[in-house]
Amino acid sequence: MAIFVNQDTKVIVQGLTGGQGKYHGLRNQAYGTQVVGGVTPGKGGTDVEGIPVFNSVAEAVAATGANASFIAVPPKAAPAAILEAAAAGIAFIVCITEGIPAQDEAKVFNTLIRDYPKTRLLGPNCPGIISPGKCNIGITAGEIAELPKAGKKNVGIVSRSGTLTYQALYELKQRGIGVSTCVGIGGDPVPGTNFIDCLREFQNDPETDAIIMIGEIGGSAEEEAAEFIKANVTKPMSAYIAGVTAPAGKKMGHAGAIVSGGKGTAQGKMDALRAAGVKVGLNPTEAGDLMAEIIKSIS
Amino acid sequence: MDLFEYQGKQYFARFDIPVSPGGAADTVDEAVKVADASGYPVVVKAQVQVGGRGKAGGIKLANNAEETRFHANNILGMDIKGHVVKRVWVEHASDIEEEYYASFTLDRAAKKHLLMLSAQGGVEIEEVAEKDPDAIIKLHIDPVDGLSAAAAHKAAVDAKIPAKALDGVAKILVQLYRCFTEGDCDLAEINPLILKPTGEVHALDAKVSLDDNADFRHPEWAEYRATEELDSREQLARTHGLQYIGLDGTVGIIANGAGLAMSTLDVVNQVGGTAANFLDIGGGANADVMAAALEVINFDDKVTSIFINIFGGITRGEEVAKGIVEALSRVTLKAPIVIRLDGTNAEEGRKILADAGIPESTLISKPTMLEAARAAVAISNGK
Repeated sequence: MAIFVNQDTKVIVQGLTGGQGKYHGLRNQAYGTQVVGGVTPGKGGTDVEGIPVFNSVAEAVAATGANASFIAVPPKAAPAAILEAAAAGIAFIVCITEGIPAQDEAKVFNTLIRDYPKTRLLGPNCPGIISPGKCNIGITAGEIAELPKAGKKNVGIVSRSGTLTYQALYELKQRGIGVSTCVGIGGDPVPGTNFIDCLREFQNDPETDAIIMIGEIGGSAEEEAAEFIKANVTKPMSAYIAGVTAPAGKKMGHAGAIVSGGKGTAQGKMDALRAAGVKVGLNPTEAGDLMAEIIKSIS
Repeated sequence: MDLFEYQGKQYFARFDIPVSPGGAADTVDEAVKVADASGYPVVVKAQVQVGGRGKAGGIKLANNAEETRFHANNILGMDIKGHVVKRVWVEHASDIEEEYYASFTLDRAAKKHLLMLSAQGGVEIEEVAEKDPDAIIKLHIDPVDGLSAAAAHKAAVDAKIPAKALDGVAKILVQLYRCFTEGDCDLAEINPLILKPTGEVHALDAKVSLDDNADFRHPEWAEYRATEELDSREQLARTHGLQYIGLDGTVGIIANGAGLAMSTLDVVNQVGGTAANFLDIGGGANADVMAAALEVINFDDKVTSIFINIFGGITRGEEVAKGIVEALSRVTLKAPIVIRLDGTNAEEGRKILADAGIPESTLISKPTMLEAARAAVAISNGK
């Protein structure tokens, strides 16, 4: 088991003929992901190292039976690409595009909810998702993800930051702890999939025994997750919140990471998670150590 | 990007939101000229991005040219909480009958637009929010539907805006919403939104924050960029397209991704050091970007060690390594580098660094983030 994707997931890459789409699409394929096609308007009928390219998502779906899409197109084109994938019946969309205007994101999110309730969007501005050994969609380097082990306890990862997602994978690999699925939800203001969506899936996933959550300053997503954990998550968890030392009022790169009006501080988020029974580390390594202790105690 | 009040008002005017007649001035003579054109009495307002201007003496009423000259002379060059006033906004002083409050933002939790509206506006709005939260109504707006004139009118009624101001307020709400959405604002706020004795409603102040991601479709924002208050380090970083924030410590930080960069700051702090900056080279950074990042850090005289923390995903290790080697050939770094390189193509990257023959006094490599932080802090603290 894994959440959202597995070995049967068939992926198309929107923007396969572009630099990022080609590089990461081929890496995903090399990892073992079923990359069944690409979409670039005007380039239908060509191929990228044997992967057929189509003019539209609808054509690609009809020809390949794809049920997931990996979107690697520039910010101007990404909102339309997401809606095109949803309209073509794609159930799971991963959009790695960084720099989409917040107004566009909000519109896309609410359009999906209303018109395509069966479609799940991961991102934008996220690293993607990997179920080690089964499926890797996005920009995560597959080799840093430890395979889940039968008969052992495995961990689910959910993270708001791209590079800290890799850091979390790496911390577990160092300790030989298997990963069921690792989801990078992205740090933008309106993520298609949030912490709670992932926590719910992990709680219901028989292969996931414990969960690591990586948050960061800004917004209230971690506080909302803490409420959800308190009421619904029985699996043990460790967490890390980035930005303890970030100065207030400064935007730290992500559209999301800003402390304003005393709200969205790392301290407030850590307190909320601790109150929900989550073990909180002060850096990614400490969160890894805490998870190792958890695994030991439940094994 | 946060706009100055005068820019916010100019931005409002693009969306037909009524503001007082006035203009910006950099000199005393210009201020008098604008005042003459706006009609006395006028208000002379310091243009700084910090609260408490009025209390600091940065907002003055002038009844004639002589008074305008006197106040503009005092306010220009004034230091308000560390911000030096380089420009004033001079506008015709309005008679105020009532003060309201209106703003649009994105409610990230609800994933909808949020209108906040109150009949009790003015400088005490934060106190109102605390003591009488019901006096501020909150209305969620679905971004797909937008805000209709009818919904704006109902919001004004719900906020207990008096009947005589209802139509004026509702009209401005629709205009302000257009400014917020089509104008790609993170925040569009009017406080106070005033009712004049003549019955007109208009914006007496403007607080506008623009979404940097939408820069590509707003060529008109270039003039706002030119006046952004950045320190010299931040300006240099801007020219290289880097996400840089200057801080006061001594360990220069370069990381890929905002989360890892923030985490790097945290770890440096935990092991007893202080970060000189936040610098995110972003996803997919190449050799040129890394070289530029090192140049920016090198420009900061306080930096005594440089911590490069890279976990490659979309960023490739060999590109990072090439950038470092190239930067070292271009500039003489004032501080040694401690690097931690992992992720996509990290091994190739490490090999490039090892083969480049860089002396240990210039660059050392550590296998983990914690060890690298400790090494960088030890060098920085002179141990």
